Parts: sequence; C-alpha cells; structure tokens
Amino acid sequence: MADQPNTNNYQANLDIFSATLQELAAADKNIIAITSDSRGSGKLVPFGKKFPEQMVEVGIAEQNLVGVAAGLASCGKKVFAVSPACFLTARALEQIKNDVAYSDNPVKLIGISAGLSYGALGSTHHSLHDFAALRAIHNIKVIAPADNFETAAAIRLAASLPEPIYIRFGKKPMPPLKQENMDQFEFGKGRVITEGNDLAIIACGETVYPALQAAIRLKEEGIDCTVVSMHTIKPLDTALLEKLATKCKAMITVEEHHVNGGLGEACAAYLFQQQVSLPFRIMAIPDEYTVTGSQLEIFEHYGISEKGIASTGRGLLEKINIKADQLDSAAKN
Amino acid sequence: MTTKELQIKSIQYRKNILKYIMGAKAGHTGGSLSCTDILNVLYNEVLNVSPSNIHSPDRDRYIQSKGHCVEALYVVLADKGFFPEKDLETLCRYQSHYIGHPTKKVNGVEQNTGALGHGLPISVGVALAAKMDQRSYRTYTLMGDGELPEGSNWEAALSAAQYQLDNLCAIIDKNGLQITAATKDVCNTDPLDKKWESFGWSVREVDGNNVEELKAAFDSLPFEKGKPSVIIARTVKGKGVSFMENQLKWHHGVPDKEQYETAQQELDLALTNV
Repeated sequence: MADQPNTNNYQANLDIFSATLQELAAADKNIIAITSDSRGSGKLVPFGKKFPEQMVEVGIAEQNLVGVAAGLASCGKKVFAVSPACFLTARALEQIKNDVAYSDNPVKLIGISAGLSYGALGSTHHSLHDFAALRAIHNIKVIAPADNFETAAAIRLAASLPEPIYIRFGKKPMPPLKQENMDQFEFGKGRVITEGNDLAIIACGETVYPALQAAIRLKEEGIDCTVVSMHTIKPLDTALLEKLATKCKAMITVEEHHVNGGLGEACAAYLFQQQVSLPFRIMAIPDEYTVTGSQLEIFEHYGISEKGIASTGRGLLEKINIKADQLDSAAKN
Repeated sequence: MTTKELQIKSIQYRKNILKYIMGAKAGHTGGSLSCTDILNVLYNEVLNVSPSNIHSPDRDRYIQSKGHCVEALYVVLADKGFFPEKDLETLCRYQSHYIGHPTKKVNGVEQNTGALGHGLPISVGVALAAKMDQRSYRTYTLMGDGELPEGSNWEAALSAAQYQLDNLCAIIDKNGLQITAATKDVCNTDPLDKKWESFGWSVREVDGNNVEELKAAFDSLPFEKGKPSVIIARTVKGKGVSFMENQLKWHHGVPDKEQYETAQQELDLALTNV
C-alpha cells in the first residue's frame, strides 16, 4: 500500500500557476492578469505588486471579467482571466461562449479552486459542471493539470498559443506524479504515468494522484494498471484511449466533476462509436445533492480515493474472471 | 460631408436597409432605421477606420452591442467599401457570412455580437488596451435602450469609470420600444442621464436622428477628461417610414410588397426634400 504523502513538502498547482505567470509577465509586458476580486485567492498579490501595469481588477463581476478580457485579447494582449472556476464558468458562461470562443478572442480562462476545492463551502462554490459546459462549446480547449509539472507546462503553453483555453486546478499541495519526470507536455496528448495490461485508469486533475496510489496497491495484488493523466479533456487523446482500450481488460475513468458530461462520458462516447467494448466504469460525483464535507471527505464518500478506485478496479476485473470461469466450465460441460 | 450630404446618405442607407431586409425576408427593421443616422455620422465623419486600415492597431473601434440591428451596419460598411454591396443579397441565406448578427467573418466587423449586454464590457477591454499601449484610437459602442437591464452593462460601466476611460464612448439608441412593449413599461431604466452620471460617466443627450447634433456631440469627445462619455441619442424606431415610426410591430417586421413600395416612395420623396 502506498504511503500517504506528507503534503507539507509539496506546492499547490495554484502556487505554481502564480509563479509561472510572474515569470511570463517579467519577460512579456503583454501578459495581463485580470481578476474579479480574486487576486488573493488566485495567489496573484505578488503579481499585482511586481506588475501593476499588467494587472486589471474588475471587482466581483465575472461577466465583465470575461468581456473585458475578450476586448483586451482582441488587441493583442495575452490575457489570463482568473476567477474561481464555479463563478467563471457559470456566471460568465455566455461571455465565454460568445466573446471568447465564438469570437476567437484568445483569452486564457483560469478556473481556480476548481471542482470540490472549496469543500465545505458547499455547492455554490463547487465547479462540477465546467467540463460539461465547455465541452459543448466549439473552439475552446479544456485542461485540468494534475501536478505542478503539468500546471507550469500548461500555463506556459497557453501563453504561447493564440487561442481560447480553459485551465482549472485546485489549491491543495500536489505531489509529483513522477519522481524523475522526462515527459513532454502537449495539449491533447494524455500523459502516461505508469503502464500495465490489466486495468486502464484514465484520470484528470487532482484525481490522478489517488488513481496512481490505487494502481500501486493493485500492483501488490498482482493487477497491472496503466494510469493516464488525461489533462486535456477536450480535445481528447482518442488515439491513446483506443490503444489502452484494446490493450487492457477493463477501464476506469476518474474525475472531480459531475458524472454527466465530463471526462468519463467523453471517453465512453468515443469508444462506443469505435465499436470498442470493454468493462468500463465512470468514477465521478453522482447526480444528487453533493454530500457535505471537506474535499477529501467528499472524494472518499464517492469512492474517489486510493481505496475506492482500487476496489472498483478489482471488482471490474473479478467480474471478467468470473465470467471467464463460467465460460470455461460451460465449455467443459 | 455637409449636413445635406449626410442627410441624403441617411435616406439612401434607409432605402438599402429595407431593400436587403425585403430580400432576406428577415431583419430588425425598426431598430435599424432608428440607429441609421448614428452609424452614418460615425462612419462618414468620426471613425478613423476604412478598408485600407482595418488591421491597423491605431484604427478607431466600433462595436455594435445591439447586434440585431446588423442590417444598418452591413449597409453602411458596404457603402464604405468594406465588401461589395452585392454580398448583401445573401443576407441570412444558407452558408452566408451575412447572418442576422455581426460576425468578424464580415470585413469591417470588429466583434461578434448579438447576445445583449456584451458590447460594453468588450469595449472596456479594447479601450483599456489603448491606454496600456498609449494608442490614441477611440472605442465606440452602440447599445439599445432595451438592452440596458442586462447587468453586465452596469458592471462594465463601473469598470470604465474606475479606469477613467475617456477614450470610450457609448451611444444609447433610445428609441423607447422593445419587442414586448415600450421600454419604460417593460423595465424602466429612466432617468438614464442620472444613472450614467452616478456611475461616473459624462453624459450628453441629443436628437439621435439629427446628424448635426450627433456630429457636434462626437466632435466634443471626451465630454470630460478622465471620464467615459455616453451619448443618449433620442431616436424614433422605424424612422423615415411613416407607418413604421414608433410602431412596435416593426421591431422585426418585414414589409409586404405594397408596404415596401410605399416605404421606398416615401424615402424617395424625402430625398427630393432634403
């Protein structure tokens, strides 16, 4: 069984975002951060002090945040619009759809404290709809980096691309998924964390780490897992998905999102239409009033944990084995 | 242009607006006719924008928040040479770029609009970029009085004042009618002057169908240094066609053949009386 990480040694993806944006802003005066009274929660107070000319504040007004960002971007500014994911992608959804995506104004929308990060503050502050909402809008990439490496790489890459991009992450310290990381980061290409032929676990954002822990636990039981950080929910790495669905005996998807319209459904829809069939489970937040509690408690309640993911994986494979045994005995009889 | 030349232009634009709405069998007739004089004065007297400088970072920007009155914009852009007027024969046709709301696929259109309450926030961003880059262009946005209840407008109004955007000018086409009824009976936004003043804007009210008054207002921008400017343009919905003026049903009404001919005759007569 994997050890629980001592999270004090790690940095939150939010901190990495802030540090990376400051590096970018120092080198390019067209990098602009725009906030809706969210510079504190976006860890952008140092940014505002160092680059006051590159910081725009609109107050608590997310629709205006995105509209102003679109106007700035249309004039060549590399705008990072930073606001809690829950407000950014619901309150300002029409501005994202029209002023950013449809108008091809290359705003980088940064959804902070995403998913269940606000835990006990409740559903008003959860963003469990953002993948679904933005997946249904043309011309915007949807990104959920898992660790510090992916976050820094995503922010740098986003700054260099003249296109609309949504990046969401949490505020919890995140351990690295690989101790010695040699990976290249590319939007639309899943990052394989560990490889095995029994079970494929496709996860994104902060759920990749418990997925990896589950894989380590299952390995001790003799079950080999592939774990993928599918940081790009749209466009989906369908080539990797299809390869894994062919190679592995079963597949689980894991996400910090509502079960409807997220990573899992995107994977299922693709595979089904390719006539690729395998035992498959979506691990996500179910369609109900979300249980109250901290982010970790909510995760554990719904099985998005080392134990829960391992159990789901084990169960899927057991069903296959039972079915195989039954077929065997039927053949013998 | 002389006042007389501008007045003639307005009538010609109105004739074309009706022509292409008739061709498309769709369009926002009343509102396009109410804002015709505003667009006329902007494109012929005010905006530093033309087909030759449409990609220049120093061009003035015009963003039409009341996107549904796109027919007025298309007719003026065609007249200014942004695209051949013949293109408007495809208005609202299958696979045409000339759809019922402005899109950047049409040369000369700065931003995709159509959903209401979007033009002002975008314009604030564009005006803010000018300040950041110390560019001298101005940003203009045309709003309808019916779209003012959209909260995003007031969010943007606050930001424009906060950033002292005296390079930004909003024009309100105050024709007093919206799809349901009179604007004051649907959701009253009067007194507009006091509202905008209290939001930190400098306000001027003009007859929005009078090209001289419009020109004088635009010529005196910014009304106050350090403040965004708003022109409350009192207009007549359906202006120029007697049976359309101030009639709710012409919000997006399309004339029949007889009505169309009567309207064109009225406008022809007006041309001879300028």
